[in-house]
Formats: sequence, C-alpha cells, structure tokens
Amino acid sequence: MPENIIDAPLEKLLGWKHFPHAADIGILGFGPAPHWAFEQAAIALTAVITVKPIDLAEHVLIFCSAGNMEDLFVAWLNAVTYEMAVRDMVFGDYVVRLAEGRLCGAAYGETIDQKRHQPACEVKGATYTELRVAQEENGIWTARCIVDV
Amino acid sequence: MDTANLIRVDDYEWRIEPFGEMRVPAVLYADEVLIHDMDDKVFDQIVNVAKLPGIVNAAYAMPDAHWGYGFPIGGVAAFDADKGGIVSGGGVGFDISCGVRTMTTGLTAADIKANAESLADALFREIPAGLGSKSDISLTMEQMDAVLIGGASWAVEQGYGDAADLERIEERGKMAGARPDYVSDKAKKRQLREMGTLGSGNHYLEIQQIDGIYDENAAEKFGLRRGEIVVTIHCGSRGLGHQIGTEYLAEMVASAQSFGLNLPDRELACAPINSDLGKRYLGAMRAGINCALANREIITHFARQVFSRFYPEAKLNLLFDVSHNTCKLEEHAVNGEKKKLYVHRKGATRAFGPEHPSLPESLRDIGQPVLIGGSMGTSSHVLVGAPTSEQKAFSSACHGAGRAMSRHAATRKWRGSTLMEELAEKGILIRSPSARGVAEEAPGAYKDVNRVVDTAEKTGLARKVAKLRPMICIKG
Repeated sequence: MPENIIDAPLEKLLGWKHFPHAADIGILGFGPAPHWAFEQAAIALTAVITVKPIDLAEHVLIFCSAGNMEDLFVAWLNAVTYEMAVRDMVFGDYVVRLAEGRLCGAAYGETIDQKRHQPACEVKGATYTELRVAQEENGIWTARCIVDV
Repeated sequence: MDTANLIRVDDYEWRIEPFGEMRVPAVLYADEVLIHDMDDKVFDQIVNVAKLPGIVNAAYAMPDAHWGYGFPIGGVAAFDADKGGIVSGGGVGFDISCGVRTMTTGLTAADIKANAESLADALFREIPAGLGSKSDISLTMEQMDAVLIGGASWAVEQGYGDAADLERIEERGKMAGARPDYVSDKAKKRQLREMGTLGSGNHYLEIQQIDGIYDENAAEKFGLRRGEIVVTIHCGSRGLGHQIGTEYLAEMVASAQSFGLNLPDRELACAPINSDLGKRYLGAMRAGINCALANREIITHFARQVFSRFYPEAKLNLLFDVSHNTCKLEEHAVNGEKKKLYVHRKGATRAFGPEHPSLPESLRDIGQPVLIGGSMGTSSHVLVGAPTSEQKAFSSACHGAGRAMSRHAATRKWRGSTLMEELAEKGILIRSPSARGVAEEAPGAYKDVNRVVDTAEKTGLARKVAKLRPMICIKG
C-alpha cells in the first residue's frame, strides 16, 4: 500500500491482497475512495478462486444496500459470490458505484471452465470476521474481511 | 494459546472460569501440544460463546479446535429455550450439515491396487468435484422443496441410493421440522444444479484401507476388518446451505439489538430460540440438513455405480453418516435431570454412547460411529461414542485434524503438482481439478490427527475403533 495518497501514482493507489486466517482466507482491497476498495476486494475474492486469465466478455449487474459501509461490503461480496454460483461464472473485473448506503456494480467475466481456470476452491460466503471498511491515516480506503471457503 | 490464562484440570482438560460477562465456564479438551498450538483466537471465541444467553453447563472446545467465525471450529454449546436460550447461525456455520459418511466394501487393498489408476480416473470423471462441476441432476423449485423435506429418503425414492442406508444416517436420513418455506428462492436456485456434487476446499471422496484396529469388538460390529477397503465421503449442503447461512446471519446481526443481545462479536449473531427469527432459522437450517443428507446419498449412488463396473460382486454398505455443522434438539442429563437442549456443534461430531435410543438396533449396544476425516496424506479414524461422551460435552467429539497453517502459508510452502507426485510415491493417488487447491489442502497444513483422536479417547469424548489409510482421494 502507498505511504501517501497525494504523492503516489494512481496505479499504486489501487490494489488488493490476501491475509491469513487459520481455516480460510482474508481478502483486502484498497483505493483512494471506498468504491475502489470494494472493486479491488472483489478482485481479491476472485483470486481466492483462480489466478488464471479470465475473459471479460460478459457482464452482470449487481445491486445491494445496507445500513452501513461494512454491512454493504459484506452484502457486495455475497452478491458477487451468489452471481458466480448461479450463473456458473467467474468474474475478473468489477466496477462499483456507491451512494447513500446503496451499491450499483457490474461484474465482468465468463462461464467457468475447470480446465482453463483450475479453481482452487469455492467461496461460500463473506463473514463479519476481521471486517473493516475505513480510511487509513495515509488517506487510502481499505475494505477487508475473511471469506469462508 | 497461552496456558497461563487456563486452569489445568488434568493432562487433557483445561478450564476457563467465568469472568466478565461469561455465564458459564469454558472447557477445552487438548493435550499439552494441542493446547499450545491452538490459536489465541480460540480462547477469545470460546469465552464469547460462554457469554450467550441460555447456555447450559459450559462452552466446549474439542481437541481439533481452531479459529472460526463467532464460535471456534470445534466448538460445542447447548442452550435451553426456556431459559432464554438462543440459536446461532454462526454456531452452525455456512456449510450446514457438512459431514462424513463411510461405507464398507469387503474389498482388499490388493483389489484396489489392481485397478487403482483407472478407478481413480473413473471416480474423478463421474463424481462432480470442484467449483464449476455439475451432476446430471437438475431440479425444479418444487423438486427442491421435496429434497428439503425428504433428505436422504428423497434421494432413495428417486433411485439414488439404497433404502437400507437410511437407518445408518443421523435422523434416519430425514431431519424433522424442516421448513422449505423459510428458505429463500435465492438459496434454492443456488442449489438446483448442485445436487450430487462434492464441492471444493476440504471436501473429498476417499478410498481408504483399514490400517489398524484398536477395538476388535466395536470394529466387528461396524464391519471393519484390517486390510479391507472403505469409501469415505466428506461434503455438505453446498450452495443452499451457504445461502441460508449468509442470509440468516445478516438478519440475526440486524436484529440483535431488538432482542436486547449485546454481541461481543457480530459473527455470534443469534436469535432467541422462541422468537420468530429463531424458529425460522431452525426450520431453514433443518431444510439445509436434509439437503446435505440427500447430497451425500446421491454421491454414494454415483460411487456405487463406478464400483459396480470394476467390482461387480462388491457391495458398498453404509457404516454411518454423521454431520458436524448443526444445531439439534436433543435430550441430555443436566445435574441429574433430563432436559431438551439445542446443541450447537460447529466442526464437532455428535457422539452418542451405547444404548442411546436414537441409534439403530444394530448399533445400540456399541454406540454411534464417529467419523474423523484426515487430510489426503494422513489417516482418518473411526471412533465410537463413549458412555462418558454425554457428561463430557453433550455427546460430542472432534471432527478432523484441524488446520495448523493458513491456506496462504500452505501455497507458499508446497506446490500441488509436487505434492501429488510425492503422495503417489506413497501409494496415494490424488485427482483434483486444481493443483493449487491440493497445495492449500496439503497434509502438512493440518494438525496431527492421531494426536487429536488420542486426546478425544483419553478425555472420554469417544473411543478409538479403527485407523484408515488413504489410497485414492478425489479432491474437490
């Protein structure tokens, strides 16, 4: 993560990572605004499943809402997980817009192919464990939680 | 875990006396090594469980306990509805009724070795494993409701499975009180194409050789003979259970304040058993149990079809089917008085001792088989519920080895392809859609399952019967 939001180039302001949990996996997205952190966290979610290339030919619109940013983050990840499951898809990129407790997003991807994507595991759901959506001291927004796999 | 905060009762039992808002003590079953290896989060989580309303006796951590969500995985707690007791979505988990079943085959290791590669390939081809794999079963919403009511009985009625299996499944294969109307259409839709699938993560189908017998009498009753082969399946309620867990957890979090619940951890989200939300969750969760029971029955049917081609004379007889993510209404003795309690087992196996009325006649004098899963390269175990099981932890035991290392760390330490080669050299064939998935589930990423079951026996949670060595593993 960059030390200072002012000086860093845009590509360094965006990113994601995994962090350890005893049985499952922590995902974290960061960016200069909450919606970017949400997008990046969803990319981290995809990387739990596969790190193989994903064709972004199709898209699915996702809408959700919640009473606060943290619950909205969990709702977003669970909506992404649900759409992947019922559509047999894997998403490789995301666009998120946030306004007043509501989220409007798009997930881009393709039908999952076991041979090409070699999915390591399936995400069951996002949890409230290690859940945090906040603006850090360096100005960067982070969104994180443990996902159950 | 720092043992300075624990009271050592004996070599295998540790206790946390109530402090702060704890209503009861916490009891942890572990030897010196296991307790030191336990994450400090287990301490925090079991203490939090002990704070929940209506909890009876104590909050228990099994020998394989590790950091979970709200409850530790390997956590057991019973609640009295008449004393304001709660039911917790986090205390059951996302994979409702995830469990294990084992079947005897009468085959020998030599029989399997003669066809090992082609048998492994056939099982991998015909038993859907891993994300994106589907069976040929596609249900309508009406059929889905029938699954959620009927459980394994539904599967047998549809021709997937054997009626003789049912008495060897908890609840005789059909969980009473299931309410499909309390399960959302989203959850049902997520499951329409997932019946008969293993899933991924730590789920598997294994061909195992009976490597050792600890209790000749119990083994004989269970039909387990040294050198013979068993088939074990580990999976749960798939997308439906996950969606039920997700939706009810969110509702319980949102409703906590209205119930006057001051939750130390949002993942402990719960509702009074006697509330509308509590009742709806129990109805939906029981439907999830039936989904899991049907799923394991269907996979059993697929496995039998494959075996019948290779070994036409072999008969796969179900030893038992146990779930380890549930909340069940059971009668237990509390201070000499029989009480009906809602027993949460999150990553813990029910372990009824001899003479329990729920056991089929054929098992009643010996006790309930307790199936403990291994981790690809390590042994699995068959235990049996002990007469002391009830008094120790409401008739509960461990469920597996428990992770010692995160998935993240495992993928840094091992390569899936190398692991599969190493295991093949030891006579263990792995089939999996993902090499990375195999690395995440590396045997070395788990605790020593032998130590876990030894501790379960020494504490009186359950008694060891047989040790199983993997030969073929179809990994989800």
